[in-house]
Order: sequence, then C-alpha cells, then structure tokens
Amino acid sequence: MRITQGCFSFLPDLTDEQISRQVQYCLEQGWAVNIEFTDDPHPRNNFWEMWGLPMFDLRDAAGVMMELNECRKVYGDRYIRLSAFDSSHGWESVRLSFIVNRPKDEPGFRLERHEMAGRNIRYTTSSYAADRPEGRRYD
Amino acid sequence: MPPNELMTTTIPTSRRTPPEESNMNMHSMTVRGKDRYKSGVLEYKKMGYWEPDYQPKDTDIIALFRVTPQDGVDPVEASAAVAGESSTATWTVVWTDRLTAAEKYRAKCFRVDPVPNSPGQYFAYIAYDLDLFEPGSIANLSASIIGNVFGFKPLKALRLEDMRLPVAYVKTFQGPATGIVVERERMDKFGRPLLGATVKPKLGLSGRNYGRVVYEALKGGLDFTKDDENINSQPFMHWRERFLYCMEAVNKAQAASGEIKGTYLNVTAGTMEDMYERAEFAKELGSVIIMIDLVIGYTAIQSMAKWARRNDMILHLHRAGHSTYTRQRSHGVSFRVIAKWMRLAGVDHIHAGTVVGKLEGDPATTRGYYDICREDYNPARLEHGVFFDQHWASLNKLMPVASGGIHAGQMHQLLDHLGEDVILQFGGGTIGHPMGIQAGATANRVALEAMILARNEGRDYLHEGPEILAKAAETCTPLKSALEVWKDVTFNYESTDMPDYVPTPSVAM
Repeated sequence: MRITQGCFSFLPDLTDEQISRQVQYCLEQGWAVNIEFTDDPHPRNNFWEMWGLPMFDLRDAAGVMMELNECRKVYGDRYIRLSAFDSSHGWESVRLSFIVNRPKDEPGFRLERHEMAGRNIRYTTSSYAADRPEGRRYD
Repeated sequence: MPPNELMTTTIPTSRRTPPEESNMNMHSMTVRGKDRYKSGVLEYKKMGYWEPDYQPKDTDIIALFRVTPQDGVDPVEASAAVAGESSTATWTVVWTDRLTAAEKYRAKCFRVDPVPNSPGQYFAYIAYDLDLFEPGSIANLSASIIGNVFGFKPLKALRLEDMRLPVAYVKTFQGPATGIVVERERMDKFGRPLLGATVKPKLGLSGRNYGRVVYEALKGGLDFTKDDENINSQPFMHWRERFLYCMEAVNKAQAASGEIKGTYLNVTAGTMEDMYERAEFAKELGSVIIMIDLVIGYTAIQSMAKWARRNDMILHLHRAGHSTYTRQRSHGVSFRVIAKWMRLAGVDHIHAGTVVGKLEGDPATTRGYYDICREDYNPARLEHGVFFDQHWASLNKLMPVASGGIHAGQMHQLLDHLGEDVILQFGGGTIGHPMGIQAGATANRVALEAMILARNEGRDYLHEGPEILAKAAETCTPLKSALEVWKDVTFNYESTDMPDYVPTPSVAM
C-alpha cells in the first residue's frame, strides 16, 4: 500500500527539484520549514521526530535541501516529511505538509474490530510495521 | 488595470449627503417634547426613527435594508417605518414610551440612498443600540431585525442586505466550534482544499449500500463524504443503520490509506432530544464530524454548536432552504447576512457557493460570502456586496463548502475563485465516474494535488489549467477519463443576485 498523508501523495514521488520549488514557495510566504521523520506512520501520530528545529529566517531552499539530504542519509529507510509553519496571527499552525521520503516497502495498517453491544464496533488501526521495535521497523 | 487600482465609493457609517441626494437626506423631522406623545397617529419619520444627523456608535448594530416602498410612499417615511417596526414602534403613539429611555431604544434610520440603476428601491441604513439585543442569541437578533417588518403594508418589498456587528456583540457568541485551523490539525490536512462528495442517490439506499459508496469514495482519495440534507431516518434506512455502516466505511478507508477520513453524519431530526441522541451515537462510534440542516432553526443550531464544542466534533451546516429567502434581490435576507449569523452561531462548515457549478452565485457576491467566513477582518467592499467594515475579534474561522455541479476539469477555476481553505464537494463528479466511485475520487484528488503543486511552483495555473490537468492525466487514467466525460459541462446562467456597485476607475489626482 501507499500511505497518502500529506499534500502530494497522489502524484508520482516528487523529484528533488520539485521539492525544492515547494520549499521556495514556503520560504517566500515567510513560513519556517521543518524536517520530520518517523517509522510509525499511524494517521493520528502527530508528532514525528524533528530533524533539528524548524528553519527560521531562511531565504534559499538550498539550505533545506541540504538538511533533507543529511536526514535521508541517516533515516532513508523511514518516512520523512516537510512541514511549513506560519506564525501569523489567526493561523499559527502548519500551512503545508508533504512526504518526501518513504520506506521501500509500506506494509500498511491492520484494522481491528471489537464487537460491542448492539451492532456497535470499536475500531483500532495499527501499523504492521509498528509491531516491531522502534528503529527496526523497516529493516 | 490591476484590481487594487480599482476604486469604489465606500459608504462610511456616518451620514454623507451628495448634492444629488440632498433633497432626500433632509434634516431631522422628529417632533420633540410634549407634542411627541399626543395621542393619535404620527408619521414614523416624525417619531424619532429618522435621524439623519445621528452618528452611529462603535457599539451599535447597523442594518442595511433594501426598501421598495409602495407607489406614492415617501422613501424616508418607509425607511423610518422599518426602523420603527424593527425596534420600539407600534402604529400609534403610546404614553408608556415615557416610562422608558425611549430615545435610546428607538432604532434610528440615519441615511437613505437610491439604489444605483434600480428605480423605486432605496438603501436604508439603520442603527440599533446594543441594549436592544440579548447577548449570544441569533433568535433574539433575528426576531428584532427581521421579525415583524417584512410584511409591512406600505412596503412592496424589503431585503436585509448586510449588517455591521460590533465587536462588543460578536464577543458574546461562541463562534465556530472547531474552526478552520483546528479542523486542519485534527484532520492532518494542510495546504490544499479538502475534498468531499455527497452520497447519491440521496434517497433509497439501504444502510449497507450507502456505506459502500462512502467506502469507495474515501478509499479513492476523498477526505469526507456527506449525507444529503434530506437523509434523516426514513423507511429505507434508519439513522442507526446509516451511522454504523458509514463508520465501518470510514475506518476501513482510514486503514487502507493511512489518512484521517470523515463522513458528515446528518443528525437533523424532529426534536432536539432526537438530535442529541443521534449526535451522541455519532460520537460513540468515533465520527469526527456531524451535520445539521439550516431548517432546524437558529436556536437548535446554536445548541448543536455548543454540543460540538463540548464533544470535540466538527459541525457541518447544510444551508437547506436558504434560497427561499436569499435568492431574490428585492425581498428577503441576503446570504451574506445568514453567513454572518452562522459564524456567530458556531458552525464549522457552511455551503457558500461554487461560482462555476449548477447553483446560483455570481463570482463577486460569492467572494464576499467567502471573505465573511474566513477573514478576521472584512473591509467594506461594495463590489463584493460587503457594505460594512466588520471585525471578527478572533472568532474562529468558518470553512466554506463548494458543492453542486462541479468536476475535476474545473479545478483551476475552483482554486482561483475559492482559494485553499474550502471544501470542494464533487458528488456526481465522483460517483458518476465511468470507471467507478474510487476512480472518480482519485481523479479529483490527483487533479487537485497537481493544481496546488503547479500554483506553488509559480505557474499561471488559471490559464495553464487544462494543460496541467492533461499532463497529470498522463499518469492517471481515472483523471483522463473524467476530463473526457465532463469536458463540456458548464452551467452558464444569469445570476439573480449580484452586487449593485461595480468597480470604476478612480479619478487620477
């Protein structure tokens, strides 16, 4: 399966040049770009690990691309995404977020059903990869 | 000429008397002292409801009416009557006024202008003191402003065009239960419009069949599916059946995609007790969103908004029934007023028009509605039908929904007209896809992502739109097929409701 979180997951994987243009767009809006990675892509896992801090005061996408390549060297077997933060009043949250790196094999999610009273079912989604310990999930 | 060089006359909230209107905007005719309270009938304009020298206070609520007096009725008298009948007046003088601070409570019409290019119609500006209204109650606000006057005999027609809501009043309302920012955080979706579809056919599917449509659409790539306005609990599908099968579909699609998904479960019912029961069940099943119809009434909407805030639920409003009073230009209530009321009342989503789809809405007027939903401050923009500066004082933002006769081939136009914070709902444009519902959903999602990518890259996506879509379709057969099937579908009809003011170039200084 292919996890389709983020803004561009339905398109073919973005090339570095395409990623760089999106980063440049974010910087031109005055947003700070953050690199995050995880091996637990559960849809409600909001807090992926941060690769350093969001890059404030950056003007050129090249800086982000350099960091992204460093991150890929270490965590190239995991999910990596870029998130852009807008600090302006009334928003103060993420403006754009998209996946820029994926594991070769994406095993997907198990849906568990617990039958409750009546016809009610309690659902739990869990990543097959998360069955293994952190750090060894996509070996 | 770039749009920011276009100028229009802005109407200040205080009195302005251009020479050509000076015979209309006369001075006060108010009878004062003892004579004011002599038993009998006095013209409204002499009773203190026409005060052209009045300077509205920052805390006043101001209403703008389009007044069409009966033949032979003085427009100032007609406008004063509207002020009177929507505040303290009755048809005759009453001595009991003298027991009150009557002058404060009288609504004051302070300005009457002829409507451009519409003989017989007048814009009446009326100011209401804040003390006339109960805090935090749309029912009370609307009972005052539109409660009595619309059937008044001396008027042929009356329309409430816009309102200025003072911050002091705005702050008495909860506002949208969730708001655009928190909705995006909860749904984990940033940087693009959200995608939805209304399940079709709207009537007749069993719960099991209905859930099938939801599953296919969500798995194919939509973020939301939606009950239609008249899906409640009918013989072919009891509401609990619908909720159970829909949540199976939502959870299966979430697991299949790794994304958060939702389906607007319509909890509209005959009584508040039934609505609460349905909302509680939706919560118990883990739904992220519920839905109500505008026809349940303002108080019921406010109750559901409070429930939604307490229960971490997004609240979708379907504006069912609004066209009965919003569509005609001369009579009723403009949708921009309804949008303002709904932002106060506290819903998170509101249908606000598509511009290019099958339902009424010219681009400029629709832009005005979207601004009212999404901005923290609306400057007066007569060319969008927005007559007043409006501060929202950090009240949550309301997500507009575009629904009705739109398809993937219009993606560039939709993004251009409606922007990024909007839900695009492709019902027929998903379910009617020749390769099936999943393919229909995928076509829409690919078209959207390709357009956002192109926009962010700085391309002239509006003009290059068809090219961008064709390119994306090269690697996506469902999109290719959607573009082929719906390529010629447009809905070009004359709008019945448009702004009265058009931009004119400013005079060079």
